[in-house]
Amino acid sequence: MRLINITPGRALTAFLVLLPFALVLIAYAIGSDIRLTANPSDKLLPALSTIGDTMVRLTTEGDRRTGDILFWVDTWASLKRLGIGIGISAALGLLFGLAIGLLPLVRSTLKQFVAVLSMIPPLALLPILFIVFGLGELSKVVLIVVGTLPFIIRDLSQRTIEIPQELLVKAQTLGASTWVIAIRVALPQIMPRLIQAVRLSLGPAWLFLIAAEAIASDAGLGYRIFLVRRYLAMDVILTYVIWITLLPFLIGWGLRYAARRFFPWAEEGL
Amino acid sequence: MSFVSVKNVFQTYGTRPIIERVNVEVEEGEFISIVGASGCGKSTFLRLLLAQERPTRGEISIAGAPPAREPGLDRGIVFQRYSVFPHMSIRDNIVAGESFRRGWGRFWGAERKAAQARADETLARIGLDHVADQYPATLSGGMQQRLAIGQALVARPRVLLLDEPFGALDPGTRIAMHDFLTDLRAETGMTVFMVTHDLEEAFKLGDRVLVFDKPRWDPQDPNLNGATITYDFDARNGGIPFQTLKEETHVLEEH
Repeated sequence: MRLINITPGRALTAFLVLLPFALVLIAYAIGSDIRLTANPSDKLLPALSTIGDTMVRLTTEGDRRTGDILFWVDTWASLKRLGIGIGISAALGLLFGLAIGLLPLVRSTLKQFVAVLSMIPPLALLPILFIVFGLGELSKVVLIVVGTLPFIIRDLSQRTIEIPQELLVKAQTLGASTWVIAIRVALPQIMPRLIQAVRLSLGPAWLFLIAAEAIASDAGLGYRIFLVRRYLAMDVILTYVIWITLLPFLIGWGLRYAARRFFPWAEEGL
Repeated sequence: MSFVSVKNVFQTYGTRPIIERVNVEVEEGEFISIVGASGCGKSTFLRLLLAQERPTRGEISIAGAPPAREPGLDRGIVFQRYSVFPHMSIRDNIVAGESFRRGWGRFWGAERKAAQARADETLARIGLDHVADQYPATLSGGMQQRLAIGQALVARPRVLLLDEPFGALDPGTRIAMHDFLTDLRAETGMTVFMVTHDLEEAFKLGDRVLVFDKPRWDPQDPNLNGATITYDFDARNGGIPFQTLKEETHVLEEH
């Protein structure tokens, strides 16, 4: 039988899904064990049990000075910045994407401009943002917006252009104005795409967030990682890294669920 | 002056003429079938009637109004595909035929209830009432086209344009759709233009059959000349006109 025709059953699928995770864990455990037997005070690869203890300590014990549990304070600070940034990007992206996709006048004006803007590496703008907006929350949020907005605009405007011309003509023959076509035909059809675009932007958004927090902040997941780096606290760093990996995964999963739930007619592409 | 009047219409894309010198007068309530080979400007002609495009020369007027500059309420359209809104339920698709002309494109409160009730009546008439809450993607091709025709008619257009509406349907469904369209037409007395590839369908449904073809054909440059209406058949009585007696003889009624 050809390899392309061999499909795994359910049990095998579950096994294969878990296999790479297990292999990485085992490799880590072996590596950590080798180093720890050579030098029990080695800090580079803490034992899995140490990381587990650290996780419990970080998520349950308060700071000795303030009593706040820093882990959750950091998570909240980061999620707030991420949420505001992505939210602004999504709203503006929807607005500009619709306008560029539906209105030839706006398309002629902005399409090339957005294409050029999207080529600017956002991290190169970070110093400018710090100078202009200060070291507070604003510059971090603006970095996320600058980093994700051009992509969302380009994606949504393209999707709007791809709406079959027949549907727009049909709406016109039913007496719809430009405004009605925008809110009743185009907007609902690109909403699933918006969720998709936001999901794809989550990765870059985290990147920009952590970069901004690493440079100037007083709370946040990225800030904490770069702070404890000085003490070579690998157990803390790894706990935060796992958490930072898990969060976007959960958010993306939630967005996908929302898209399926609210836009059942959009079967493909979700 | 006739209901739809097409006067000396030319359409050119770049330097390529598509249709030229098209003249036709259509009375209110007539069913016009348009046939012709692929690339002979049938669909272009329909887009001109729809005012989706404007002719390079000549003008088209409906009910004596000045030539339209964009598609509007007076012209209804059913395309071969993509004629219904995939993100709306079947019922909302019918309601859209009435509500899209509003400022926000929807009805509120009691008006909404009334519109939905009217939509349900329409759906019952076109045989789709059992799927009112589903989305169009769950319907078969024939049901989607029935919905599209129903939606277009709810807006009460002066002229209904059909662009190969049954082209993607299987033969059985197609015949059912012919009966459906004939019934609807008898009910509404609507003026209809239908582009089709199927000659039999054209003569079966139409009162007149317009044939688009290129009157001159340059073997060196086939795209040099545009197409025009080369035949205008009377298609009533199965395409064999002059079969009805002009005189009433009352011979049989005496007995």
